[in-house]
Amino acid sequence: MRRTAGMVHGVLLAAALGAIVLPAPARSQENEDPGKAHYDKWCTPCHGDGPGKPGTDVLRQRYGDRLPALLEERTDMTADYLRTFVREGIGVMPQFRKTELTDSELAAMIEYLLR
Amino acid sequence: MPLPPGVNETDFAAALDEFRRVVGNEWVFSSDADVDLYRDAYSPFLNEPEDPVPSAAVAPQTTEQVQACVRIANRYLLPLWAISTGKNLGYGGSAPRVSGSVMIDLKRMDRILEISETNHYALVEPGVSYFDLYREIQARGLKVWIDPPDPGWGSLVGNTLERGGGYTPMRDHFAAQCGMEVVLPDGELLRTGMGALPGAGTWQQYRYGFGPYLDGIFTQSSLGIVTRMGVWLLPEPEAYRRGTVAIDSNEDLGALIEEINYLMNSNTVQGTLRLQSALASFEDGGVSQGWAAELQFYGPDRVVDAQWEHSQERVRRRLPQASFTDGPKYRFPLSEAEIAGLANAVPLGIPGLSAFSFGAGQNQGHLWFAPIIPMTGEAILDAVTVLRGALADLGVPANALIPPQSYFPRSIVIFVGFPITADIETNRRTRETYRRLVSLAAERGWGEYRTHIAFMDEVMDCYSFNDHALRRFHEHMKDSIDPNGIIAPGKNGIWPARWRNQQA
Repeated sequence: MRRTAGMVHGVLLAAALGAIVLPAPARSQENEDPGKAHYDKWCTPCHGDGPGKPGTDVLRQRYGDRLPALLEERTDMTADYLRTFVREGIGVMPQFRKTELTDSELAAMIEYLLR
Repeated sequence: MPLPPGVNETDFAAALDEFRRVVGNEWVFSSDADVDLYRDAYSPFLNEPEDPVPSAAVAPQTTEQVQACVRIANRYLLPLWAISTGKNLGYGGSAPRVSGSVMIDLKRMDRILEISETNHYALVEPGVSYFDLYREIQARGLKVWIDPPDPGWGSLVGNTLERGGGYTPMRDHFAAQCGMEVVLPDGELLRTGMGALPGAGTWQQYRYGFGPYLDGIFTQSSLGIVTRMGVWLLPEPEAYRRGTVAIDSNEDLGALIEEINYLMNSNTVQGTLRLQSALASFEDGGVSQGWAAELQFYGPDRVVDAQWEHSQERVRRRLPQASFTDGPKYRFPLSEAEIAGLANAVPLGIPGLSAFSFGAGQNQGHLWFAPIIPMTGEAILDAVTVLRGALADLGVPANALIPPQSYFPRSIVIFVGFPITADIETNRRTRETYRRLVSLAAERGWGEYRTHIAFMDEVMDCYSFNDHALRRFHEHMKDSIDPNGIIAPGKNGIWPARWRNQQA
């Protein structure tokens, strides 16, 4: 079953209220972080900064000043929350298959976002 | 998840074991959760039982593995549906036409085998996306451009096989294709063009080889699985510029299009022509007059200026009342800051996803209706009037009609983007509307260049000259080349004999 807008708002709200902030792990240089590499490859084209990024534009519209539009600046997200959106999609964002991001690659990317 | 049609559980389990021995356990997906990932993310059957879902997915990494998978499918009579990056969104995404098909997911075949900076081509596997090839070119500092379509995450092979398009002078992607490697339905391996000549260094330089030219029969096709493909690249131009020609009256559109045809077909104006008009939107109730034509130029710095100047002179001679506006000009390579500031860099050979702002935040996806219209003013006016009227009558949302453009050289495409929603009833009406538009367009001689998997039979039905001679020929080829009917049954409305007989 694919997530629809109504279902998603509930999840987003729960995640926002949960506001789980994990301690930042010690980070190697950015270009050596495989999680960031996966993020840059798969997410930045839609969720990056600047014009022409529909993911960022939608989140800015949805949250206004309440949350950052850039996922990399968010501190309210959980691993389950991120995994759900990557594997189930939301709105015009499609789900991503395991041939695109394996479970371990997805885990590394989530670790990067929760750093 | 469903079983493949006509296959029992025991045989299916045995087939999956055979697939696992070929590609490894990790790359055969058969759990509900894993197989669900192959649903069409933008399905017009969203959350309905008719939403097609595969029985399993197999992800080979080499051509030999693809051959082995095809041979297994023949033994068990499994329908296969191959995807490259699975981002055919708006036309079926990563989903099969027939529920229960086994997906051949080629995403792991993602090698860029060659990039030639001096002969301007690349040789790629199906899992290579436009982003991937662009990033590799940038990393190596090569002075070549790709022609990206709107979705940069799409596959060069997949988009070309669907005969997709982009925006630069290389925008007709099948026309920029040069040489294929194809696994045939019996597992045999074929290379087309000069690839058939051992030792030829021209596989990506001369398309035709010797004898009948085959590559076209592997596009929008169920006659094989393409595992490598050559694609021509554009030498990085010195500069790009854009200019806009505007006319106030719809009566002048015919003359304007005739002049633009001359300029485009003599290669003075290059890249996609976009025609903006209030008539081609829903903004003012359809009574508007006037059009703006965006012209694009790629080449040496001084030459693009001269091309724009010449274009203005030529149009002004015919239409003294036309007005002209200089558009932006860019010199290459662009700096990172310049690229970051562009809302849509796709016409500059830089892939992106900005087109996915269409319906973002409101809808669950979109569905494209894309008829080919004659490149005349009369036909364009007729098409926007008819399509707009039909959409208004059917209550389709106002942002559905995309301005006419020469998506391919020498013709016009008018894209209609239907929203996919979370509401089943709305989606049902959208499907009805889509089918009505297919018929309405065909009555006027406008046919889709490509369509969603849900409407392939209806669209093929429209190409009916001489009692459907085209479809009958395709069926004849299908039955000869794929007698077990295992590759993509129903793709583009072509069904293998054993499926046709069941349907009859």
